[in-house]
Amino acid sequence: MFVWFHKLASPPYFYRLAERIAPWFGWLSLIVMLAGLYGGLWLAPPDYQQGDGFRIMYVHVPSAWMSLFIYVVMAVAAAIGLIWRMKLAHAVSAAAAPLGASFTFLALATGSLWGKPMWGTYWVWDARLTSELVLLFLYLGYLALNHAFEDQRTGDRASAILALVGIVNVPIIHYSVKWWNTLHQGPTVFFGARADIPPSMYIPLFIMIIGFMLYFAAFILKRLQVEVLQRERHTAWVRELVERS
Amino acid sequence: MNIAALVQRDLRLAYRRRGELATPVIFFIIVTALFPLAVGSEPALLRRLAPGVIWVAALLASLIGQDSLFKSDYEDGSLEQTLLSPAPLEGLVLLRVFTHWLVTGLPLVILAVLLALMLGYPTGAMGVLVLGLLLGTPVLSFLGAIGASLTVGLRRSGMLLPILVLPLTVPVLIFGAAAGERAALGEPAAAPVYFLAAMLVLAVTLAPFAIAGGLRISLES
Repeated sequence: MFVWFHKLASPPYFYRLAERIAPWFGWLSLIVMLAGLYGGLWLAPPDYQQGDGFRIMYVHVPSAWMSLFIYVVMAVAAAIGLIWRMKLAHAVSAAAAPLGASFTFLALATGSLWGKPMWGTYWVWDARLTSELVLLFLYLGYLALNHAFEDQRTGDRASAILALVGIVNVPIIHYSVKWWNTLHQGPTVFFGARADIPPSMYIPLFIMIIGFMLYFAAFILKRLQVEVLQRERHTAWVRELVERS
Repeated sequence: MNIAALVQRDLRLAYRRRGELATPVIFFIIVTALFPLAVGSEPALLRRLAPGVIWVAALLASLIGQDSLFKSDYEDGSLEQTLLSPAPLEGLVLLRVFTHWLVTGLPLVILAVLLALMLGYPTGAMGVLVLGLLLGTPVLSFLGAIGASLTVGLRRSGMLLPILVLPLTVPVLIFGAAAGERAALGEPAAAPVYFLAAMLVLAVTLAPFAIAGGLRISLES
């Protein structure tokens, strides 16, 4: 197990591994997402109140879920990088941040498109919208700090600390904003718990979430390959790889 | 570690740079004065906006002061000496942030009383607003210090610091302004004040580790 872990941390080994498995995740995510979309857009019945408008949730909810999930991934990778000084872990954080920021933006954009017909306005200062917006700023702050240093390693470690401070703050921000104001409809889907919506509506949602996770897996592997190449550009194996192709 | 000597050194250094210390205070007054100019001078409106305006202005003003927290020590090399000291860096950092708050945060709290009165904030509620600021501005100092420790080695840190720190200050702003607003409306304001106190406890216990870690990274390169 530890031998494998060590091997995984070696950039050339990881690069070749990612080269092989990333397409699998990519194609799988495409299939799963198409299935989820079919279930969500055709099979699921229209909502008795929101009509077909609710269907945007098949993009909105997975994006919002991913925006939080990726932040946790980023912070855990940052902690691993700081504690065990694993170069690859820092690369994971750096590769995850733009993806996380994009999902956060997607969640905000779809949420505001949904808000126009449902609430009558594109934007309200509702708790979850606001904390999602703050999350976007946290991602942008992380990216700004990561790129501010000339030395990649210093930038990695400094932004890792910021990610850790952020992860302590995310629940505090979330609950303080919630306490401040709320208009967003309560969560209708819980894992394992009673759901307020019928299976034909929530099963496609779960499929979409799985599809988004697979998409994330595929693209973080691809982004990591680029990160690894950039970081290791002075090493022999990268030169060899470039010369061969 | 001689605590009194450290505090005295920081205070003396601050006193020698009086002009620099005045900047956040002046900034605080100007930002507050901009609000009536922008939204109109109607007393009822200003009275309603007062706690929010005071808090936003105090938040921005306290950030202005944070950039200088480690800068001069970094430039003249005494920060490296601090890191080499046998005393735990976390403790030294805690003292440094505290004295920095004494010279940058506390003046803001005192001045806030005057500015709140100018905005027509009810005098009876002033105690709660000040208590909120007394609990909240040190949290802002700690958060700002985290940002300052991470950016101390950068040349253009002044631009970066607010982007890093402002999102983290959202909870303080919410509870601080809520305390002031509730007190003004004559409602019980204990809950937000307790939340502010809890955040202060959290900041005092956790932030020094992040600040110390940030300084170690900034100086290693």
